[in-house]
Amino acid sequence: MRSFSELINKLLLTSSRNRKVDVLCDYFKNTPDPDRGFTLAIITNSLEIKNIPISKIKEIVRETVDEELFALSYDYVGDLAETISLIWPNKENGNLPQISKMIGILKNINKNESTRKIHSFLSIANETERWALIKLISGGLRIGVSSRLAKTALAKFGEKKLDDIEKIWHGIDPPYENLFKWLCDTGPIPEIDLKNTFNPMMLANPLEDKDFINLNCNNFVAEWKWDGIRVQIIINDSNIKIFSRTGDDISLSFPEIKSLEKNMVILDGELLVGRNYIPMNFNSLQQRLNRKKVSLKHINDFPAFVKLYDILYLNNDDLREKNWEERRNLLENWYYKNKNEFFDLSKIINFNSWKNLTAIRKNEIIDEQHEGLMIKRKSSPYISGRPKGHWYKWKKDPKTVDAILMYAVRGHGKRSSYYSDFTFGLWDGNQLSPIGKAYFGFNDNELKILDKFVRNNTIKKFGPVREVEKTFVIEVAFDSVNSSTRHKSGVALRFPRIKRLREDKPTSEVIQLCEFKLEFL
Amino acid sequence: MKWINENLYISPINTYIDPSKPVENAIITHGHADHAKPGHKNVLATKETINIMKIRYGENCAQNFQELTLNKTLKIDDVKITFYPAGHILGSVQVLAEYKGERINFTGDYKTKKDKTCENFEPVKCHTLVTEATFGLPVFQHPNEHNEIKKLLRSLELFPKRPHLVGVYALGKAQRIIGLLRQQKYDKEIFIHGALEKLCNYYVEEKIFLGKFLKTNLKDKKEYHGEIILAPPSAIKNVWSRKFVDPIICQVSGWMSIKQRAKQNLVELPLIISDHADWNELTQYIKLTGAENVYVTHGREEAIVHWCKMNQINGLALSLSGREDEEDL
Ligand SMILES: [Zn+2]
Repeated sequence: MRSFSELINKLLLTSSRNRKVDVLCDYFKNTPDPDRGFTLAIITNSLEIKNIPISKIKEIVRETVDEELFALSYDYVGDLAETISLIWPNKENGNLPQISKMIGILKNINKNESTRKIHSFLSIANETERWALIKLISGGLRIGVSSRLAKTALAKFGEKKLDDIEKIWHGIDPPYENLFKWLCDTGPIPEIDLKNTFNPMMLANPLEDKDFINLNCNNFVAEWKWDGIRVQIIINDSNIKIFSRTGDDISLSFPEIKSLEKNMVILDGELLVGRNYIPMNFNSLQQRLNRKKVSLKHINDFPAFVKLYDILYLNNDDLREKNWEERRNLLENWYYKNKNEFFDLSKIINFNSWKNLTAIRKNEIIDEQHEGLMIKRKSSPYISGRPKGHWYKWKKDPKTVDAILMYAVRGHGKRSSYYSDFTFGLWDGNQLSPIGKAYFGFNDNELKILDKFVRNNTIKKFGPVREVEKTFVIEVAFDSVNSSTRHKSGVALRFPRIKRLREDKPTSEVIQLCEFKLEFL
Repeated sequence: MKWINENLYISPINTYIDPSKPVENAIITHGHADHAKPGHKNVLATKETINIMKIRYGENCAQNFQELTLNKTLKIDDVKITFYPAGHILGSVQVLAEYKGERINFTGDYKTKKDKTCENFEPVKCHTLVTEATFGLPVFQHPNEHNEIKKLLRSLELFPKRPHLVGVYALGKAQRIIGLLRQQKYDKEIFIHGALEKLCNYYVEEKIFLGKFLKTNLKDKKEYHGEIILAPPSAIKNVWSRKFVDPIICQVSGWMSIKQRAKQNLVELPLIISDHADWNELTQYIKLTGAENVYVTHGREEAIVHWCKMNQINGLALSLSGREDEEDL
């Protein structure tokens, strides 16, 4: 555990991306298998140890430390793993097992011995090891290392192409000994099972106004950015696998989607619910997400289908090097041959100038169905990741409302000493009704102002939540509003963020909830 | 507290301890800016604290200065005042006030750990203890300072090309760090930011061994590969630090035990060395004094007051304003 904990401590405190890559390279160089592979799995979120609930650890701490002192400490430090690692009063001699062994122990620990074992681990560990151990158990290291960065480090360490690593990544498993063999030039590139392996998707960059002018519109095509979830579909011998954008297999949630196609094909598209290829709103799609068991009623009420964007493989041929136009042709051919109720083609929008496209975006967008426009370069191959200069997303303009700050909670990670999660509301008669939460959108300076306001204007504390004086107006931007039965206000905002602080605005000018519903619902 | 009040005012002799505004009579525990303010009429302090005040604020920062030697008692009317070393920085003291048989001890800022750059702390028995609580939470358990200094030396070995910019407060912390480096046999010259110079020179005048230190010269061509440069944290954050190519940013403070705080301050190498008592020192000292009443001047008062209650001691938070523990921010 020592070298693992020191690694993640170093990664946390290193802010430069290049330095983080170097730190990881060093670690891969100096750490044997299978430790380095398990560490890689943890950093890339490819391994979860969900055996011990965090409540168990809290319970162990409560038995050891005075509850009030713990609460005060937690409130001050703001991060649970840090608080426990610093406050733990018992020290024992010994060494923790190395990371690969530790993972095995944590995965197989049984309920009866877990209290004793964890207690002993916490006492043997030094402060940084304790911190790392709790982070490991609670999942989510939050050390500012993306899996992309980890792969970049792998590429540098093995002097291989990052794209080659991306291509095999979802087909290999911890502790990745075959991967490290290849990286150290003592083995071949790991072979992967194409039929069951997610291929990282190509993603778009936001269109910024200044790019726009410089692009020659003849080199681009446009299509709607449908408001569903991006999926990758692998069909082989009539079997279908559906993966989310992050590579999670979500096939079981959508058992109705079928195809008779015998050959292997990998498609890229947007999963939606609706009839006759007409999408219902995102709220309806959400009824289908994250369900382990799907009822017939759900399938009937919210039938799923896919708008196809792209094709990656056909008959075992990798099409990703081909340009968009070639791939589009192949996609259309496949579509017309295999047409059924579950597959629709995402339509290409005709336009002859950016001005023309701007007008289309303004006049033809359907709020319930479209998230905006996608603009794709005709000559671009399919490149996984978010390559610059190929695909652009041009989201619809956000909506805004002025609302009143009501509650605040401290943030996590880097923001743990600031009140940075805010609940805001609108008038409902002469009461305030919360309509949403936002924890980003503001800059550092605005965060300081908000934090100060919260600290100086708290009227009540409920555990970590502070209720504040209802005097501060903020302008909230959001993508859309759905009606919701889960929220008391009856509305749920999508992607809310704090756009501006409106300290100047009197709270009496904030609108009523019913006015808000009339305007946006 | 009949003869002192929550502003640390000793009424029988019309005297404040560490007042935040100019007053007629002030006793100053030590030279940090949140305790020693300019503009008082009469100041009673140790020789070192008086000298530090004059260095920082000018010769005339008070009308009259009166020195009091450690462990010597001064009688003012019916009140007896004695200074005991607080072990915090050079010249720092605890102030024991005795009146009609009641002993009240004001700790000022203190630490009980040994420190070669100042007089070591001495415990004092009292009826009422007025204590600081900068690190008054059980999450603060300062590690061994020599091991922390070794982290800096190890980093120098690992990155022999990179300048190590070490954020330290100008008074006390800077000199202690230099001293600790010398104890580890680090005998190269140590570079310091201009803001540290006068106080380092003063420590040397007081016969505290700091070895060779040099003011950084921003105009020279020197590249400071693998050198230690001490500077106030504010200088490291501003343009001053741009001269240094690819530096490792270090910061020395008790707060550095909180990784997220180090991260917020873009500190790559946090060194947890504090001139304040940690949780264990605070609570052990409260017990040791035998005090029945504990008043907490500043810091994490709630936890100390709660601990007092658990230990059948009367605790009260005074929440003095303006105490920002500047040396440890
Ligand atoms: Zn001080």
